[in-house]
Amino acid sequence: MTSIHTSVGHSIERLDAAEKATGEAQYVDDLYRPGMLHGAILGSIHAHAKIGGYKLDAARSIPGVAAVLTGEDFSCGRTGAFCKDELPLARGKTIYMGEPVAVVAASDMETARRAARAIEIDYEPLPAVLTIDEALATGAPLVHEDLANYAKIAPSFSEGNVLWQCRLEEGKIDSAWSQCDVIVEDVFETAAQHHMYMEPCGALAEIDRGGRLTIWSSCQSVHLVQQRVAEWLSIPMGRIRALAPKIGGGFGAKGGLHVQHLAAALALKTGRPVKMVLSRVEDFEIVRSRHPARVIMKTGAKKDGSLLAREANIFLDGGAYADESPTVLSFAVLMARGPYRIPHLRSRGLVVYTNKLKASAFRGFGNPQVTFAGESQIDRIAEQLDIHPVELRLRNAVDAGDRWAGGQTLPACGLRECLTKLREAVEAAPAVAAAPQHRRGVGYSAFAHISGLLSTACNIYLRSDGSVAVNTGVVDIGQGSDTILTQICADALMLTPERVSFASPDSDSSPYNWKTAASRVTYMAGRVVLAATIEVRDKILRQASEIMECSAEDLEIRPGGLVGLKGVAAKTVTFAQVASHALARLGGPIMGASSLLFDGERLDPKRAVIEGFAFSNLGAYIFGAQAVEAEVDEVTGAVRVLRAWSAHDVGCAINPQMVEGQIQGGFVQGLGYALTEEMQWDESGRLTNPTLMDYKVPTALDTPIEINPIIVEHPEPSGPFGAKGVGEPGLIGTAASIANAVAKATGKRLHRLPMTPERVLDALIGES
Amino acid sequence: MTRSMDVALTINGEERMLRIEPFETLLTSLRDRLHLTAAKRGCNQGVCGACSVLIGGEPARACLSLTANCVDRDITTVEGLSTPLALSPLQAAMVRAGAIQCGFCTPGMLITLTALLKERPQPTRQEIRLAVSSNLCRCTGYQKIVEAVVEMVGGGAA
Repeated sequence: MTSIHTSVGHSIERLDAAEKATGEAQYVDDLYRPGMLHGAILGSIHAHAKIGGYKLDAARSIPGVAAVLTGEDFSCGRTGAFCKDELPLARGKTIYMGEPVAVVAASDMETARRAARAIEIDYEPLPAVLTIDEALATGAPLVHEDLANYAKIAPSFSEGNVLWQCRLEEGKIDSAWSQCDVIVEDVFETAAQHHMYMEPCGALAEIDRGGRLTIWSSCQSVHLVQQRVAEWLSIPMGRIRALAPKIGGGFGAKGGLHVQHLAAALALKTGRPVKMVLSRVEDFEIVRSRHPARVIMKTGAKKDGSLLAREANIFLDGGAYADESPTVLSFAVLMARGPYRIPHLRSRGLVVYTNKLKASAFRGFGNPQVTFAGESQIDRIAEQLDIHPVELRLRNAVDAGDRWAGGQTLPACGLRECLTKLREAVEAAPAVAAAPQHRRGVGYSAFAHISGLLSTACNIYLRSDGSVAVNTGVVDIGQGSDTILTQICADALMLTPERVSFASPDSDSSPYNWKTAASRVTYMAGRVVLAATIEVRDKILRQASEIMECSAEDLEIRPGGLVGLKGVAAKTVTFAQVASHALARLGGPIMGASSLLFDGERLDPKRAVIEGFAFSNLGAYIFGAQAVEAEVDEVTGAVRVLRAWSAHDVGCAINPQMVEGQIQGGFVQGLGYALTEEMQWDESGRLTNPTLMDYKVPTALDTPIEINPIIVEHPEPSGPFGAKGVGEPGLIGTAASIANAVAKATGKRLHRLPMTPERVLDALIGES
Repeated sequence: MTRSMDVALTINGEERMLRIEPFETLLTSLRDRLHLTAAKRGCNQGVCGACSVLIGGEPARACLSLTANCVDRDITTVEGLSTPLALSPLQAAMVRAGAIQCGFCTPGMLITLTALLKERPQPTRQEIRLAVSSNLCRCTGYQKIVEAVVEMVGGGAA
């Protein structure tokens, strides 16, 4: 146990590491309830088909089966965060293969799965659209015939299979091209990546005699689970209590519902607890993916390397339902400029429906796709102008005081320091010669992201023994936010972290928190934890001043839960004495509370043409730069990353070791995105690789021996201790860095992800 | 329907009697019958390694092992690596190094590394990487897992 009282900036051990190391930590599938049933899903066997009817008697007659439900058993309308297009179970028609069309609860998993297979569905197959081009073709079959009538939260410019369109323009792009000395234009394509958290999605729902549901699930927000299950089950939110056990990773996919509503509906129907945990195959088939994208990009610069103009046309494949697509699209459009001063910008995009698994939030949120395009083009320009790629980036990098596209001011920006330190680290590393028949190159990327969004809240009280209870409703999905938030509170009170306890999120008792997403918890929840802690601190000083019969201004907080008289070492009272005094004098404990709706600048329509955005403000901007040394095998086309460096401006590293963990983990997820990971569908719309045998995530041997994190700290004025997030950026530039290293090594540029050996070899052979 | 059978298993040094189906996997017996849930069901296909256990001292995938074949062999799960009051040196090293994030791969990693260290008490960095490559982790990028072992065996490993 640590004895430090200044927690911030120290790599204290994660609060839950020991229970995870002993196997005692419980995830949803580790929970068992008396009389518990198991739920199973029947998925659609067509990518697009009308549902004519159901034959359920065979399934219902299997001994052990307690309930069979179809879409007809739900009376709710369509719902969704941005476009209300989704139903709890397919009703009327099914629009992707694997889509849940019926669910079963039975005494054990085997029986439930057997019963699901015994259900017969009368399908009338319809033609399907599986790609962006098919979705946009004239006369294409419609995934959602009623799209025009769906409720949407903002103007969406929907039409045909186009779910949403948006654009952002600044400057005078059309006249800018003639002033450019060099112009590059390319088409980039990226694949559907699966989140592949280690813990498959699951939920356990239990109903009590009063008709109230308790739902434990693998989720990124208990409040969202409560809200969405209530909508789909057409019951009041007050009848649902959502809880989060340990979460085995999320990366965005668990930010929406997966099976919580299905387990809950089966529990309501049977009156018994129902556990529903997806098999790995089902998890691949029905949860979420990263958006496959096509980015057509054009960038122009002057001879001196100053970037002048960029145009991006972004096409995203959103799959069967909108989910987070409108925001992913808007964010991709916003980030397409890259972290550079480019005065003339036209960025626009659309997202289409297709008859496939829905695409949604995934670490990076539309940014990895446009960053792959933009950072590939920066290197092309550097090459044509014969300027070092880091030098070109430095010449154009945004600084503190600049504005992002759309108008938001950047109060702090450590991008230049990231780039400079990165280059120093790469150049200081000893050079190693390439093996025979291999070519080596170093590639760079720079990128920005945001940290923030929406609402969060916290309450804190001082217990009578002088310890502190913190309650935020934030779900730690494995990244370690419970520890970070505890450090923030402990530091502000000069307590050791053991004196602070962090409440497990509970929709009954936790203050509202939107989600663990958008690299926001350290920044957003950190802000409310710090504000509530400062309120408690001030009240402690006031109460202590009564005990010590002096002015609160003459008092100070001292390490170890003490209040002391300034300048008099011996004169102290303990937090426990203060707490007891408050209980006696005030009749209640010292409490602090804070809530926050992100309060930063909004997109400014006076500065830019802004249409179709699904949000009006975001958060604090965060910055980073990455370098890799890669080796290409001339014979096989295989790319190996040998060394990597990743520099990130995090404002303030509350826990440096955990910051490093985010950077290294993000890098390796980006390595998979760059080289091996691709969900593939056949012509019938079947996902052909829904297993870990066929869908390749990196193993330890696929990673470079060194992934060197470089932490840069330019304090964000609004952040707790200056901190902002680092959850997503480790992945954002990785594909671009590797593509740039491959181009450096071979002279060949790949425009498509993943850069499989076959694609690399095709590019190499094209050179002769 | 197949006929159930009664078996005696030695798990973490303790004899456990249970009634199983003939083709039941060890993972199902451990988790669903005995509620020993440290071994995780990550893929149920032998790829991810989250269900790794030691059978007769050798690392094995519990999801691919039939319980009926484990009679008379010592089974060790992560529940058997620590005492109620103290972590094993390897567990402590993983905690210290920041090698644990979501924790879902951790039990399998610990089993794999326990087996490695039994065979090679002073493994090189490359030997550690090779051993770790039999288990998937999606959070850490593996770096701090490898570093935990390097640090534990005294650093300096090539």
